[in-house]
Amino acid sequence: MALTRREFIKLTGLGLAASSLGMLGFGASGVAQAAAVRPFKLSRATETRNTCTYCSVACGILIYSMGDGAKNARSNIIHIEGDPDHPVNRGTLCPKGSALLDVVHAPTRLKVPRYRPPGGTEFKDVSWDFALDRIARLMKDDRDKNFIAKNAAGTTVNRWTSVGMLAASASSSETSYLTWKVVRSLGMVVFDNQARV
Amino acid sequence: MTNTWQDIKNANVVIVMGGNAAEAHPCGFKWVIEAKIENGAKLVVVDPRFTRTASVADYYAPIRPGTDIAFLSGVMRYLLEKDAIQHEYVRAYTNASLIVKDGFTFTDGLFSGYNEDTQTYDRSSWDYELDKDGFAKADDTWQDPRCVINLLKQHVSRYTPEMVSRICGTPQDKFLHVCELIASTAAPDKAMTSLFALGWTQHSVGAQNIRSMAMVQLLLGNIGVAGGGMNALRGHSNIQGLTDVGLLSNQMPGYMNLPTDKETDFDVYMSTRQFKPLRPGQISYYQNTRKLFVSFMKALYGDAATQESNWAYDWLPKLDIPLYDIIKAFEMMNNGQMTGYICQGFNPLQAFPDRGKIRRGLSKLKFLVTMDPLDTETSRFWQDFGPQNPANSAEIQTEVFQLPVTCFAEENGSLVNSARWLQWHWKAADGPGKSMSDIWIMSGIFHRLRELYRKEGGAFPDPLLNLTWKYTDPISPDPEELAKEMNGRALADLTDPASGAVTKAGTLLDGFGQLRDDGTTSSGCWIFSGCFTEKGNQMARRDATDPREQGIAPNWAWAWPANRRILYNRASADPSGKPWNPAKPVISWNGTRWVGIDVPDYTPTLDPSKGVSPFIMNDEGLGRLFARKLMAEGPFPEHYEPLESPVENLLHPKVKNNPAARVFPGDRAAFGSPDKFPYVATTYRLTEHFHYWTKHGLMNAILQPEEFIEIGEVLAKEKGIEQGGWVKVTSKRGVVVCKAYVTKRIKPLSVDGKPTHVIGVPIHWGFTGQARKGYGANTLTPSVGDANTQTPEFKAFLVNVEKTSAPVAA
Amino acid sequence: MSDLQSQDYVRRSASTMTPPSARSHEEQVAKLIDVSRCIGCKACQTACMEWNDLRPEIGHFEGTYQNPADLGPSVWTLMKFAEYENEQGNLEWLIRKDGCMHCEDPGCLKACPAPGAIVQYANGIVDFISDKCIGCGYCVKGCPFDIPRISKTDHKSYKCTLCSDRVTVGLEPACVKACPTGAIMFGSKADMTHQAEERIIDLKSRGFEKAGLYDPAEVGGTHVMYVLHHADKPSLYSGLPDKPQISPMVTVWKGIVKPLAMVGVAMAALAGLFHWVAEGPNEVTEADEAEGERVLRESETEKSS
Repeated sequence: MALTRREFIKLTGLGLAASSLGMLGFGASGVAQAAAVRPFKLSRATETRNTCTYCSVACGILIYSMGDGAKNARSNIIHIEGDPDHPVNRGTLCPKGSALLDVVHAPTRLKVPRYRPPGGTEFKDVSWDFALDRIARLMKDDRDKNFIAKNAAGTTVNRWTSVGMLAASASSSETSYLTWKVVRSLGMVVFDNQARV
Repeated sequence: MTNTWQDIKNANVVIVMGGNAAEAHPCGFKWVIEAKIENGAKLVVVDPRFTRTASVADYYAPIRPGTDIAFLSGVMRYLLEKDAIQHEYVRAYTNASLIVKDGFTFTDGLFSGYNEDTQTYDRSSWDYELDKDGFAKADDTWQDPRCVINLLKQHVSRYTPEMVSRICGTPQDKFLHVCELIASTAAPDKAMTSLFALGWTQHSVGAQNIRSMAMVQLLLGNIGVAGGGMNALRGHSNIQGLTDVGLLSNQMPGYMNLPTDKETDFDVYMSTRQFKPLRPGQISYYQNTRKLFVSFMKALYGDAATQESNWAYDWLPKLDIPLYDIIKAFEMMNNGQMTGYICQGFNPLQAFPDRGKIRRGLSKLKFLVTMDPLDTETSRFWQDFGPQNPANSAEIQTEVFQLPVTCFAEENGSLVNSARWLQWHWKAADGPGKSMSDIWIMSGIFHRLRELYRKEGGAFPDPLLNLTWKYTDPISPDPEELAKEMNGRALADLTDPASGAVTKAGTLLDGFGQLRDDGTTSSGCWIFSGCFTEKGNQMARRDATDPREQGIAPNWAWAWPANRRILYNRASADPSGKPWNPAKPVISWNGTRWVGIDVPDYTPTLDPSKGVSPFIMNDEGLGRLFARKLMAEGPFPEHYEPLESPVENLLHPKVKNNPAARVFPGDRAAFGSPDKFPYVATTYRLTEHFHYWTKHGLMNAILQPEEFIEIGEVLAKEKGIEQGGWVKVTSKRGVVVCKAYVTKRIKPLSVDGKPTHVIGVPIHWGFTGQARKGYGANTLTPSVGDANTQTPEFKAFLVNVEKTSAPVAA
Repeated sequence: MSDLQSQDYVRRSASTMTPPSARSHEEQVAKLIDVSRCIGCKACQTACMEWNDLRPEIGHFEGTYQNPADLGPSVWTLMKFAEYENEQGNLEWLIRKDGCMHCEDPGCLKACPAPGAIVQYANGIVDFISDKCIGCGYCVKGCPFDIPRISKTDHKSYKCTLCSDRVTVGLEPACVKACPTGAIMFGSKADMTHQAEERIIDLKSRGFEKAGLYDPAEVGGTHVMYVLHHADKPSLYSGLPDKPQISPMVTVWKGIVKPLAMVGVAMAALAGLFHWVAEGPNEVTEADEAEGERVLRESETEKSS
């Protein structure tokens, strides 16, 4: 069933018939001209539907990116606002959701794998292959050494307690399912997430 | 949440206790405002601080942190004494009438079966008296002194308004006014909703805090109805999903448990899980457990999971202790029992209690892997950042890998919200630099390990080598394929025994009703079955139509289980099937089937005259005022003081704290006493920040730039602390130097006649990101958890506070 | 560029003639801020920063949740928090979103000596046209609500535009859209006034007998209005003026000083331009400001003596 956005939105608490926003601005014929004063920055942006990454209200968001998807240009997110179609947030966003743009573009976003050797005082950039090869090596060496196949009573227990993992509360369920598969197939039991904090 | 966010608007009373919904969940809180404006609802806030939620409340009552059970037990006493309960509901839908075993007792703060040496209970007496057929005995007249309602009355009789006030510091008149407002929803057509969060969970008695309110809601008939329910406002975007998929030490997807050492084989494991009905004719859903388990093992191990191999039961790790939770993990690290740790989107140096212990633990690891979009404190624990993170890098031998991960805006996938909705989202741009997705990284680790085991052999590689991995792109599986795997498929042609309809092998299943225990179906997460069917990705649905405008929106995304939006909704109608509240029906019986705006939480064609009780996930079919053996510290909630508390337990001085709390000796030694640390501290979020992430974003750093604590005017005056001045806050575990917010919003509470001061400690600052550097609230907090879940006791502990001068560097 | 929009002006600073109202058929708009349902979350403040690409400096904690400390050239709206103990001894936390009120009779516009630097559209929005601003600061003095702020970077005056760019294309202002609890609403002034009446009835039923609408007649009404629980005491809300008055200076300015000053300002502006080219903006505009201050002080002194 298709609903137009305007049919759908009933502004919270606005029980009376509201004038449509179009009437409140500069009149239909004036739009183009008025827009020239303060250019509307989203006119050619691409809109993508997503979900806010913070709390569990799971507000619908619209991510606007520059670039039309052409091969020679990398798209860049320029603005994020609430999805008015979303039945919970209906276009609103809190001070965290309204500021998502600055976390997407935070100067402390990580861009390259980094490694710090024992006793080191700095991180150094490394390749993905270096990082993942080394991690797998460390994991396997420890698993082979400390894996518990049977307990003292002789019961098969197949657990590994000396390497653990904390899983990400903002990753998708698909990511978490894949993570579960990998972790448990290794017998890992020291495994937890942010459900408690 | 049992209900949806929008459903809050149907409430007549909204109680926010154990949370701060306006600040932590502003966009969900709009539905509270909607309830006030459109439904004339009253908002009641019970909180140690006058929060931004309280600023729009109709009534506010203060409470000492860590005393919610006393408060709510007092509410139950009030309801029972004033007979302000929904009688028909309580009789038909709760276990009020069932008779409890003779051996069950409660004396001087302890339930029957306590073992002082192990600090655990033998819970065998915490159960119903069974008749010769194995059904629970009942007395519908409530005459038997051993029936649950009478035991409950007796249990809560000690929580008089006077006692509540002495323990909680809530003035009696305010307590009684809250009771009155709550009691107003005992009417069948009135509902109260309870909105809570970590304000209840982060206590040594966290789970019992929540049980207390759930019991209040059962007494009022507020579970299953529109505008009612127990609504845990979950904190992270997909923490519900991670819990659903079982990323916890003892969990498997869909709330199945990993086996324990005692469950030596598959039959033993199954024997305690397929609950037989405890009442005649009752439906007990978990009789289907075998189907769910076998289908899961087929998803994991495919052809290698066979009847002969007990569906690869032995390939699952077994647990020798109840939980390897995070507190336990850091205890093990500190004891040198751990080699490596992987932190995927998780920053334990900020998030877990007793920061010093966390740092020492990480320093003892051989390797640490962090996977995160942001430069977290945890990934830099080894680096010296001054007083906020003193470290001698040269001495720390931990190898650290800091892996850059894409963020929400740079991936496809689904998240499960607090109302159990699975919502799909779409990628808007590529991640920066060489950042990669978690899926790619986990696949990369998996492939390398599998390759190493193939080449070198090693410790029991079978589960790893046989793990299903049939993805079009094995290097970076498509989230849609993973979603389909969780949904489940027919592995052979399935014939529906009732209709004769055939589901072809390979077809995506419509729901968990189709699962079989003979290996002919697979489903990676049974509760998600139905999310991605042959009709397409149900999680991507965007039709917001809302029948009756009651906040259900059944065609928006998809909710587990079975797209049901209000759990236990059979209880929204009376035993004959008529809605308790005709103005806001959820489902009703039309003579041949259950119809309404939601998917029935019940067999759709089951005639109410059959008397099958509504809570079909429980083996007696009833809401539990008496929890049986399911809780660590007792079947009824009881007030125990936090592990760090300024007062004795007024009810039973010999049993001050939760007797079943797990406390490691080193942690106990780090508890402070009230003579040195006289003030009660509590930690919390501010609305301007999300944990330790938003301080990396400029706008949020602008909105709350710098670490501070909140302190009442009376104490500030006593200590000479000025508005915005510097203070030193100390616990037995550490020191925080920060600014003070002297406020009227925290008042001294009179606890057993003595003034008790509360200090508020927001959690958001650390030493990476754009906001000003901070010490982090977890520098102060004690390392002890809830006895059931091990959720750390962040909400009530002891500190001292003193005026100090500005740090030189600041 | 602004000429393109001139058909929409109903008022224009430092102009003796009334603009032709060729395009004044639009309805008057209003933003209604219902303080009683505001949770002080600062979503409005954030959405404003995000939409308008404003990032003020990271400040300090200063004993309040109010951050940044004040409105500024990059802070067009700001949550202000007041802890108030009422007559019954109960605490109320009165939280108000501060920002331009978009007065029907704008003091800033009246005070502005730079032709066309401040305009009012037919829908009531008062907008600053930056390229015409000379940074003199008269608007600051002319504003009864202490809203505009002069940038130390480009020496121009800034304040809330009511998101005229969004309203132009049929969208609500960014703060209105973001507000989680619907405490900020946007529509025609008539609708918003009616909406306020409903809210006031509800508030009165909840014990706020003095609840009312803040739409002060002293400035001809405003296009940003508040629903207050204590409409009898607006100043409880972090100093919202009980009776906002356009500074007497503006009257003096209009009557006596203006014709003279117009010449002076025009000269100063020209001089400023030359200096800008020669030496960069700072020195000259500071001189401008100082001159503005002097004129203001003198006119105020004249009035009060």
